Amino acid sequence: MSKLKLATAWLDGCSGCHMSFLDMDERLLELAELVDLVYSPIVDVKQYPDEVDIALVEGAVSSVDDEKKIRKIRAHTRTLVAMGDCAVTGNVPSMRNPIGPQAILERAYLENVTAQAQIPCMIVPKLLPIVRPIHEFVKVDVFLPGCPPSADTFHAALTALIQGAPLDISALTRFGA
Amino acid sequence: MSQTITIDPVTRLEGHGKITIQLNREGEVEDAHFHVTQVRGFERFSEGRPFYEMPSLMARICGICPVSHLIASAKACEAIMSVRIPHTAAQLRRMLNLAQMVQSHALSFFYLSSPDLLLGMESDPAARNLFGVAAAKPELGRAGVGLRRFGQTIIESLGSKRIHPGWVVPGGVTEPLSAEKRDAILALLPEAYANIKLALGWYKQIAEKFRQEIEVFANFPSLFLGLINEDESIEFTDGALRLIDAEGAIVADGITASEFTQVIGEAVEPYSYTKFAYYKPLGYPQGSYRVGPLARLNIAKSMGTPLADAELAEFKQLAAGPVQSSFYFHHARLVDMLYGIEKIEQILSDPLILDKHVRATAGVNRPEGAGQAEAPRGTLMHHYKVDENGKITWANLVIATGQNNHAMNQGVLQAAKHFVKNGKFTEGILNRVEAVVRTFDPCLSCSSHAVGQMPLVLSLLSADGKVLDRVVRS
Ligand code: SF4
Repeated sequence: MSKLKLATAWLDGCSGCHMSFLDMDERLLELAELVDLVYSPIVDVKQYPDEVDIALVEGAVSSVDDEKKIRKIRAHTRTLVAMGDCAVTGNVPSMRNPIGPQAILERAYLENVTAQAQIPCMIVPKLLPIVRPIHEFVKVDVFLPGCPPSADTFHAALTALIQGAPLDISALTRFGA
Repeated sequence: MSQTITIDPVTRLEGHGKITIQLNREGEVEDAHFHVTQVRGFERFSEGRPFYEMPSLMARICGICPVSHLIASAKACEAIMSVRIPHTAAQLRRMLNLAQMVQSHALSFFYLSSPDLLLGMESDPAARNLFGVAAAKPELGRAGVGLRRFGQTIIESLGSKRIHPGWVVPGGVTEPLSAEKRDAILALLPEAYANIKLALGWYKQIAEKFRQEIEVFANFPSLFLGLINEDESIEFTDGALRLIDAEGAIVADGITASEFTQVIGEAVEPYSYTKFAYYKPLGYPQGSYRVGPLARLNIAKSMGTPLADAELAEFKQLAAGPVQSSFYFHHARLVDMLYGIEKIEQILSDPLILDKHVRATAGVNRPEGAGQAEAPRGTLMHHYKVDENGKITWANLVIATGQNNHAMNQGVLQAAKHFVKNGKFTEGILNRVEAVVRTFDPCLSCSSHAVGQMPLVLSLLSADGKVLDRVVRS
């Protein structure tokens, strides 16, 4: 059997879910014998591959870039996992929703500065008016809540997904875990 | 014809970043930028929330260095409460902060940068990652995983969670240390010492191979900022800030958190969501400075632990004054880690370390408070204002990546000018430009606390700023 292709991606999150994934420690090296990590912030691949078996996605969708990324990921992935509370519910990034992006940008770049006050506009992506969880944009196959889900949760969930075994998420994790 | 090279995203980096390089008609590098592309709004959406919620909310800025945010935030809250936390609480928080520094440095050095150092800047990108390192030199890969596990295990043992522990609160910590946990941490030390010694020995053997990179990886005079104790030894959690110049002379000293915002300003550039910090009396960009492991070792006169002191003496031999090349961030990071392990051992032998009194309580006694700490990648400052009920009315944060932002941009330009000639570049050359940014270990989630994410893209622009080409490596 050829190795499964695993991807991890990062939208608007704090990277804590990725860090918890790395917290599998030595088990991560063992996992690498069963799957190829074909796309991730920790490997040098710049473009999302055509066919990915399992993708773990951290963070909510909050900019036009995030939206493009998640649509691309969905189109090329068999099993899409919303990893962590930000991806599942919007969590902390969505706390800006009642305020709106303009007020956020003004506070950061016009008010709390001492030189060259201006709102960045070159290359940087535009913010969406409302931050939303992944499933409001594309179909999600597995929801893995937690802020972040623990390394043991990752290990149990990935082992089940790789073997095609049944997966009882509620036994592993919960919101805010 | 002029061109633009774009690297998007910059990989093996803690967050979303892009690099753009502008070439002129002759194909020479005209300008280059590092862009951060994420924005989040913590400064704004924390308004109206109770101040005692701030540490655990602010920790969610960053999953790599949540402990630094917990500590800087708790200290800002303690300034509002006007309390001094119990000695044991201060020691336990110091240990937590050092454990985080060790794990975060392990991530930076082994998971993100060692593939370049071991396998080569131009090696096959498909294997240029932690798994490639573990295959080519298993003992090095395992040392890295082991050192990261060491730090994370201590955080879990103290705070009952590896990431975003709720244990640090305004006034101290929620639970004292037990004798069992102390002994469990002590038992981790021998393996940690063996791992860091292996890494230091290996790094010193290979560093000479990177003469070219040492020359052009953000190698220029600058100011440096970092925390020290009164006896001029290195400090991560308490102490006060010192700013030195490129010759090592003191520019400003004894800067407390409440003075921080009086002397440090922040500028905005149109191409990045991360702001640019500078020393106000010198203006922007002349007052730009560097923070982090390199700055700390340039500033500290001693480490205060025997093995790290010997390493510091050796490090200081690299240059007559402050060490200028950002390539040496890697070296400094390893010395920091050795110090962290030794210092944790020292803290555990404190006769009061198991004391049960670990939290001070008080209400709002001041309308404003600031706290500072050293995050693994450099100085971090949180500043809050509250109303009489303790609700946040205003918040500002200055994070390490913003303080290194100007140097990173200049470093990218310096390396691009050196390596990109006649408009020609290879994947390996672009990887070298990315590697400049990796030396700083910028935390893009942190630096975008204000508004967004930091993507790293390499674009080639014409002299008038038009994007001419965008190279996306696959
Ligand atoms: S769920 Fe929690 S740990 Fe994961 S990205 Fe969001 S804030 Fe960070």
